[in-house]
Amino acid sequence: MHGSEPTRRCDVSAVDRQPSTWPSPRPTSVLVSVPTAASPADLLPAPFRDWFARRGWAPRAHQLELLQRAEQGRSVLLIAPTGAGKTLAGFLPSLVALAGRPKRSRKPGIHTLYISPLKALAVDIARNLETPLAGMALDITVETRTGDTPAHKRQRQKHAPPDILLTTPEQLALLLSAPDAGRFFESLETVVLDELHSLVTAKRGDLLALGLARLRKLRPRLRAVGLSATVAEPDDLRRWLMPQENGEPANLADLVTVKGGAAPEVTILPAETRIPWAGHSAVHAMEAIYDQIRASRMVLVFVNTRSQAERIFQELWRVNEDGLPIALHHGSLDVGQRRRVEAAMAASELRCVVCTSTLDLGIDWGDVDLVINVGAPKGASRLAQRIGRANHRMDEPSRALLVPANRFEVMECTVALEASLAGAQDTPRVRAGALDVLAQHVLGMACSAPFDADALHAEVTSAAPYHDLDYETFERVVDFVATGGYALRAYERFAKIRRGQDGLWRITHPAVAQQYRLNVGTIIEAPLLKVRLASRKTGGPVGMGGRVLGEIEEFFVEQLSPGDSFLFAGLVVKLEGIRDNVAVVSRTHDEAPKVPMYAGGKFPLSTYLADGVRGLLADEESWSRLPDQVADWLRIQKEVSVLPRRDQLLVETFPRGGRFYMVAYPFEGRLAHQTLGMLLTRRLERAKLRPLGFVASDYSLAVWGLGDMGAAFAREKPALGDLFAPDMLGDDLDAWLAESYLLKRSFRTCALISGLIERRHPGKEKTGRQVTMSTDLIYDVLRSHEPDHILLRATWADAATGLLDVARLSDMLMRVEGAILHQPLERISPLAVPVMLDIGKETVAGSAAEDILHENVDDLVREAMGEAFLEAEHGAGLPAATVLS
Amino acid sequence: MNPPATALSASASETAATHCVIADAAVALTVEGALHLAEEATLVVADLHLEKGSAFAARGQMLPPYDTAATLRRLAALIARLAPRRVVALGDSFHDRRAAERLAEADRSLLGQLVAGCEWIWIAGNHDPLPPAALGGHAERELTVGPLTFRHEPRPGRAPGEVAGHLHPSARVVGRGGGSVRRRCFIANRERLVMPAFGALAGGLDVLDDAFRPLFHGAPFHAFMLGEAVHKVAAHRLAGEARGGHIQVARRPVRRPAAR
Repeated sequence: MHGSEPTRRCDVSAVDRQPSTWPSPRPTSVLVSVPTAASPADLLPAPFRDWFARRGWAPRAHQLELLQRAEQGRSVLLIAPTGAGKTLAGFLPSLVALAGRPKRSRKPGIHTLYISPLKALAVDIARNLETPLAGMALDITVETRTGDTPAHKRQRQKHAPPDILLTTPEQLALLLSAPDAGRFFESLETVVLDELHSLVTAKRGDLLALGLARLRKLRPRLRAVGLSATVAEPDDLRRWLMPQENGEPANLADLVTVKGGAAPEVTILPAETRIPWAGHSAVHAMEAIYDQIRASRMVLVFVNTRSQAERIFQELWRVNEDGLPIALHHGSLDVGQRRRVEAAMAASELRCVVCTSTLDLGIDWGDVDLVINVGAPKGASRLAQRIGRANHRMDEPSRALLVPANRFEVMECTVALEASLAGAQDTPRVRAGALDVLAQHVLGMACSAPFDADALHAEVTSAAPYHDLDYETFERVVDFVATGGYALRAYERFAKIRRGQDGLWRITHPAVAQQYRLNVGTIIEAPLLKVRLASRKTGGPVGMGGRVLGEIEEFFVEQLSPGDSFLFAGLVVKLEGIRDNVAVVSRTHDEAPKVPMYAGGKFPLSTYLADGVRGLLADEESWSRLPDQVADWLRIQKEVSVLPRRDQLLVETFPRGGRFYMVAYPFEGRLAHQTLGMLLTRRLERAKLRPLGFVASDYSLAVWGLGDMGAAFAREKPALGDLFAPDMLGDDLDAWLAESYLLKRSFRTCALISGLIERRHPGKEKTGRQVTMSTDLIYDVLRSHEPDHILLRATWADAATGLLDVARLSDMLMRVEGAILHQPLERISPLAVPVMLDIGKETVAGSAAEDILHENVDDLVREAMGEAFLEAEHGAGLPAATVLS
Repeated sequence: MNPPATALSASASETAATHCVIADAAVALTVEGALHLAEEATLVVADLHLEKGSAFAARGQMLPPYDTAATLRRLAALIARLAPRRVVALGDSFHDRRAAERLAEADRSLLGQLVAGCEWIWIAGNHDPLPPAALGGHAERELTVGPLTFRHEPRPGRAPGEVAGHLHPSARVVGRGGGSVRRRCFIANRERLVMPAFGALAGGLDVLDDAFRPLFHGAPFHAFMLGEAVHKVAAHRLAGEARGGHIQVARRPVRRPAAR
């Protein structure tokens, strides 16, 4: 058994040189012999040796290492930085094995299955494989199978499968649900899972883990190869790749690690102008960013949200005197538009692309020589991966520039920079498998063949994410698939799957399988509206005939009234109206558009960086690493208020403008802070402190109300320790959740994934809107009649780690028990200014917002830091505050 | 000059209703989404859609089988509170023609008691053109009470005194500081009224949707949005999903993206 042997590790330093984008036309001449157990001559067949030699390359140590492990039938996790030739390493053993097969005696069958999170990546890899296959004249067939593959080709693939099939997790689920799955995979030897680190933290990873378990049932000696960027807990992934057995110690895949290449050159943009107190747009740094673009070949500007991308794109063009080709790329843009930008990048026609995480993954789009990260990095690993996008050659340092958009972000960038130099990792842990995904899989397995519940439970729990799934829960999921799993057993006669006299569960009607196939997958888009530019004849009506700019979350549009303006696809547009799921907009020259607040793209600050920022805050000696402006800010905070120790939670209270404020600084990310805000206001309400509202940032939380919270805490009515007691996660949370739209959003996702409701009917596409309406009603009915229903359990598990981040809030409340530091103040403190400015931002809209905020800024700053400071700051010839985002 | 229908959100202990006048008849709109004619001791509810959950289950979507019980429980509480002599179910009381056959025993018995307790009128709807005879009550296509005419589907054009259902009106308002609220609602002017759906799983259609246009043909109307009280909101204050489309796009000839 794999697990019984001692784990072997292979650390390979990257001294050898091979162009990272293989196969590459650029020859390099430096060949360095590498330490491996066997010499290349032993492992590589002659055609491969010749091919490498002809191109002037040497196979890399880890590539040979994987070849050797393959011969021993071992599963492997390969962790390597961008540009290490990871993908070739994954495929090389299969190519060697396939090349060595005797001709003609072969019957067609899939030998190697490659699974990638991105369709585009699968297509890209297929293209890249052509070169070595052609170069060595190998008789190996490679094909892709994605959602875009035409039906006739899929049909043909079923009868004449290629040797290597490149596909996605969803397509694998579909293939496995077919009655002929056993025959289709009967020759399968190897499965290669690309970008594994990004797959395992989402529900797609759960679906894939279940698919892998089924593949292993069909082919018990299957070898799994995971390709991953550097992660915090490699053992999570090693375990994920292997079948787990009950009561046995964890079964781990072998680990092969490639050390990073040259250390990256990362700097923080020096603070030449005044660093804003709040906001995320970094408008103050636009000239500096532009200078960098001018001095570089190709720059990627990474931001965290699509709204930031729009804003920065706009601002860059404002200063783009040379008319440099600067493009925009984010997930809401029209697909055609994105493809054009990608093609232009690959052809080196662009000098800069402003993008979100859509360009984080795998595909090598061009010759990037500088990465600029605007705003907070949010996580050390996340930053490292972005930095890796600059320069795909391991032997040259990647260059990156961090541009903090406000003062807290300066601190976060400082911590992240040090973390990235130290190679620290803070990727999330692998989560427990979701029950809605399991429900989908159970139905898929029933579509494939009748199943025995015990056997399927054993198979499912061999997948690491579901290893702890108890039989009772599994039974409830099966029951849910069959009839909805309701205590009121009303739907027996409508069952989708039923247990026969032979004890096996099978589908009741072929239509059930068809329904399954139409609803497979775990990617549930937020309800989207197309954004279409109105065609406007002079003086005529606003029509619908203009071009589609992209898609936008309905959630955002619902916050707008017709006539409101916003940034989209690099244009300032005005909402004309919504018709038939299309938001009709027209171009406008409004100078102060409302900025889109897209629902997605808001990663919370990682716990690792949060801890680092708390440490930096507490340690005055370390402030020398900060720009003077920021260090002064902290010094004045220390003078007029207090700075918490690393393990403390600071809570300040002060009156302002006839109201009373409480500002807490947990540094646990916006989602957890929002949940905390909801719960605290309920408790303050009960304490008769009449809270009026709250606002949350990644770093802090401000609550305001009519009651004097400072005085109340001083009298211990309530005591702060009680107010922040972890028991708020009990009844208060339950009561709040009953009405929370966040939970309803999670429920909608679970209802769709689990198959409770359909994503679409044949020929009758449900619009996002109808789905939203009906799932809210279903949620209300279900919650009031069967609150412990399995789907509500799945919803809760989702929300706890997702939109509500209860898990993190819970950790924080435990951490600060007995360590809450209350500081009553006469007025606002310097540290409170950023979150207090967010209050203004969220309630003030329209063109006057700039002025109002400017006034606010000066008022707040004067109050917090004293008149003299403000004069010094303005008097020094520094530009006035630029705070707006 | 103001319409007499001012939003009097009475305290919950009283009637939890808003009063308004339709075609000179005084009516009360309850927070549950029912219409109460106190003088006639008549209660009207629209679009119960009983057994919608099981109708979906039969097609493989196992919606919670509790919608009928939830709807009937709310209706029973309302009847107990207002003690009407007559109840009018304004059509689409059953989600489909065979829905009554699928009623669970407890639900059937509760509904039977309600129907037997007063004069019960099933108005025919498009989902249930022939309301079930076995449950009691009597079926009508329309019903006239004083100046008011009750029918399921509202007629296009002017229809003074009409009270209808069918369209499941809902409306949305945006707060000054952002954020928005969508609720089921009545919509009315001084002539006619469209009632919200009463059924637990009956969805809503935005009142600014084209489907409502023929009823008010551009004349002002109010939405009475359901919440802890019934909130009266003028049409021009509604955010809708289609407000711009309605007012700025659709009213004038629309050039569609070429009916390819």
